[in-house]
Amino acid sequence: MPAPIRLRELIRTIRTARTQAEEREMIQKECAAIRSSFREEDNTYRCRNVAKLLYMHMLGYPAHFGQLECLKLIASQKFTDKRIGYLGAMLLLDERQDVHLLMTNCIKNDLNHSTQYVQGLALCTLGCMGSSEMCRDLAGEVEKLLKTSNSYLRKKAALCAVHVIRKVPELMEMFLPATKNLLSEKNHGVLHTSVVLLTEMCERSPDMLAHFRKNEKLVPQLVRILKNLIMSGYSPEHDVSGISDPFLQVRILRLLRILGKSDDDSSEAMNDILAQVATNTETSKNVGNAILYETVLTIMDIKSESGLRVLAINILGRFLLNNDKNIRYVALTSLLKTVQTDHNAVQRHRSTIVDCLKDLDVSIKRRAMELSFALVNGNNIRGMMKELLYFLDSCDPEFKADCASGVFLAAEKYAPSKRWHIDTIMRVLTTAGSYVRDDSVPNLIQLITNSVEMHAYTVQRLYKALLDDISQQPLVQVASWCIGEYGDLLVSGQCEEEEPIQVTEDEVLDVLEGLLVSNLSAAVTRGYSLTAIMKLSTRFSGVNRIKKVVSIYGSSIDVELQQRAVEYNALFKKYDHMRPALLERMPIMEKSASNGPTEIVQTNGETEPSVVDSKHPPPVSQPANQANDLLDLLGGNDVVPVIQTTVPTKPASAGGELLDLLGDLSLSGVPTPAPSVATSQPSFLLDGLSSQPLFNDIAAAAIPPMTAYNKNGLKIDFTFERANPNPNVAVITIHASNSTEADMTDFVFQAAVPKTFQLQLLSPSSNVVPALNQGTVTQVIRVLNPQKLRMRIKLTYTLKGSPVQDLAEVNNFPPQSWQ
Amino acid sequence: MMRFLLLFSRQGKLRLQKWFTPMSEREKKKIIRDMTTMVLARQPRSCNFLHWKDLKVIYKRYASLYFCLAIENQENELIALEVIHRYVELLDKYFGNVCELDIIFNFEKAYFILDEFLIGGEIQETSKQMVNRSIEASDMLQEDDISEWYEVELFG
Repeated sequence: MPAPIRLRELIRTIRTARTQAEEREMIQKECAAIRSSFREEDNTYRCRNVAKLLYMHMLGYPAHFGQLECLKLIASQKFTDKRIGYLGAMLLLDERQDVHLLMTNCIKNDLNHSTQYVQGLALCTLGCMGSSEMCRDLAGEVEKLLKTSNSYLRKKAALCAVHVIRKVPELMEMFLPATKNLLSEKNHGVLHTSVVLLTEMCERSPDMLAHFRKNEKLVPQLVRILKNLIMSGYSPEHDVSGISDPFLQVRILRLLRILGKSDDDSSEAMNDILAQVATNTETSKNVGNAILYETVLTIMDIKSESGLRVLAINILGRFLLNNDKNIRYVALTSLLKTVQTDHNAVQRHRSTIVDCLKDLDVSIKRRAMELSFALVNGNNIRGMMKELLYFLDSCDPEFKADCASGVFLAAEKYAPSKRWHIDTIMRVLTTAGSYVRDDSVPNLIQLITNSVEMHAYTVQRLYKALLDDISQQPLVQVASWCIGEYGDLLVSGQCEEEEPIQVTEDEVLDVLEGLLVSNLSAAVTRGYSLTAIMKLSTRFSGVNRIKKVVSIYGSSIDVELQQRAVEYNALFKKYDHMRPALLERMPIMEKSASNGPTEIVQTNGETEPSVVDSKHPPPVSQPANQANDLLDLLGGNDVVPVIQTTVPTKPASAGGELLDLLGDLSLSGVPTPAPSVATSQPSFLLDGLSSQPLFNDIAAAAIPPMTAYNKNGLKIDFTFERANPNPNVAVITIHASNSTEADMTDFVFQAAVPKTFQLQLLSPSSNVVPALNQGTVTQVIRVLNPQKLRMRIKLTYTLKGSPVQDLAEVNNFPPQSWQ
Repeated sequence: MMRFLLLFSRQGKLRLQKWFTPMSEREKKKIIRDMTTMVLARQPRSCNFLHWKDLKVIYKRYASLYFCLAIENQENELIALEVIHRYVELLDKYFGNVCELDIIFNFEKAYFILDEFLIGGEIQETSKQMVNRSIEASDMLQEDDISEWYEVELFG
């Protein structure tokens, strides 16, 4: 059998392969040769064969059949064999294969070998890939070697011990005695690995940490070593660009960090050396900066005095100005960690940080952006926002979403004026409009609504933005909503803040209709536009065009649009008298409180899912009230105290009936979820912002509420609805409230009407009218065939123990109640 | 600690792989793919640090070879750059003006040198001379295999 080809020969051959297939063929051929060689138990060439196998393994080919051969090599007496064998073990074997345990005995023998390089191989292999079982078996040997005077072996044993501790933490204790005089070594290799070992022990066990702090007096030892490194002259063996053993310095600084954390004494003991390192280290090369970086991290983590902390942050500030990208990056990362705790100090470097936004490097830009947002406050908001918006304009798409969110958040917190806030948001929408998060649309709408004096300005700017670009959906959605709401301001040219533009109603409708047909518009956007067009029917004079548009979309393929159009159509046809009320201007919305009412009102006329998803008021009422059938709602015999509907979140009911839509709208708080549409919405809401059910506030349809009785602290208000389907039935809800200091108990309300009417009195909500207007009692009266309504009422209750009775006549019914 | 060290060419061919934590072959292959893709995609003058999962990846290009070192999050990136540089210096001293071909044809030597510099993801020797001497002595032991064992004294 010819001798197997040499390793280098094989490598050369394989490299001549021109295609993957050719390479594979060569490899397979060689593998076959190697396999048969292994089968023959050829000792001479085993090493060569395994080496070749390792090369092929690196190219990505399977080499597991060589695992046992590695073990045989390790067991060989020849150093060459052992070298390749151990290398093979590290590359091909790992703890998942049971086969690796066979190594244990070999390693044990080699750990006791007479040649230190063999011992070194064993230690290295154990320290790299030793499994927990192996570590358990061999920990004793490692511990022995940790105490040897041979520095070559000692340093390897130390790292091996580190690995053992990582794999089997319980064994940590056994290495403790051996660490006693590790730091008195002169050899840097041993020093370095010892520091690593001590670090590992201190990180893993608080007991160890305490032990090393107190008993071993580790800190002074480390300080001494570090001092020597800095003060000693040039040492050729460990010098890196003029700095003596930077690797050791960094490791010592890190251990000091762990020792000094949350410990005053230790922190104090290292103060001086830290200051010394911070000021004396040469910063022209990366090495020096690496040490400074570690020093800064240590200073920030221990209980350092403030002077030292300021020094650290200034170092970071200098880093920011360094030409070296890596150092700038590292500075930004560190500043981000300290910005919470040392905010003012970091603020001083704000301008440098902002400059980093313009850096070409992506990682640096991201860090600078995060840090910039962390630094924004009330004082610097204007300047910072300018920079951040400029950044938003020019940054890569991967940043835009995060930047936009950050801008919104910062603007919300620190906006100096409403106009500025709106301008900022406009800017974001126009430059990064497609990247903003979904919830920014309702947030922005809410913001705009609340800035009453800015309505004209806002709608004008949004309109102009639409003329430029209709591709960015969030922008388009907000714009259509605004135009729908404030279109009248737009055409009347009322803007104060800037030059009012001249635009006609037709032009506005052109734009909105354009959105409806454009391919760029998402379905949601189309919904916004259609509703906006509808709203303009009460704000613009030319209604016919709007009617036409609405009727066209009644047969749209898009179900959502179709439904809206059908309902709006119905609004034109059957309920035209309600249309003005329904499409009125929106009231100011409260930001999400736990109170449903205000949020839900946002659905008025709109059924955006995102907005409708807002919370409901605590559904005190029986859930049955949610039924779409209005008669059920009205006829509920148990008129429960909170006669609110829990508004279903579905955007629109399945039936598409206009009435259902209106029923859905019921702003909780409306005593009965009747088709009564809120005209007096504004007052209703503003009054009713408390968490109480909104009994006291009245939302009558076209019929205004009235006070029927007000005497001796007892006030009785009437609210009206018209029952459907029977318009001859007037539904009156009485609200009894008590402003005296004591509850009115046994409260009974009776009513009498002239014979031409029919009266039905439903059960009251309760018999107790709580004191101090803390609640109301409600009761529903249904009156048939109301002409000019007159009513006599009788009230009986007990107040502070004494019974009270009173009669009264109610004549001041509003005319609308019987028309 | 360091988690792994990879050397690969501009075309993404692997020249050396050192893993300091146990991983399946499939995981290793995936990591190699991810690293080569990420690193080779970087702009020429970007900073040398990347984030990958919960690790920091430090990479540096020397001639036609990329050195890619993954460290844990609490480690010092700047000193990691020095670690890479130190390894390159060791290779350079050993091979004399090292180039990619040296590492291709003598990959096992590259591993031996690495194993005298790092163990278990930590530095074992900070002196260049010490590492070089150990390697030379070990090489001499290999040659003596033909005859017999003898102890090599190491001065230091």
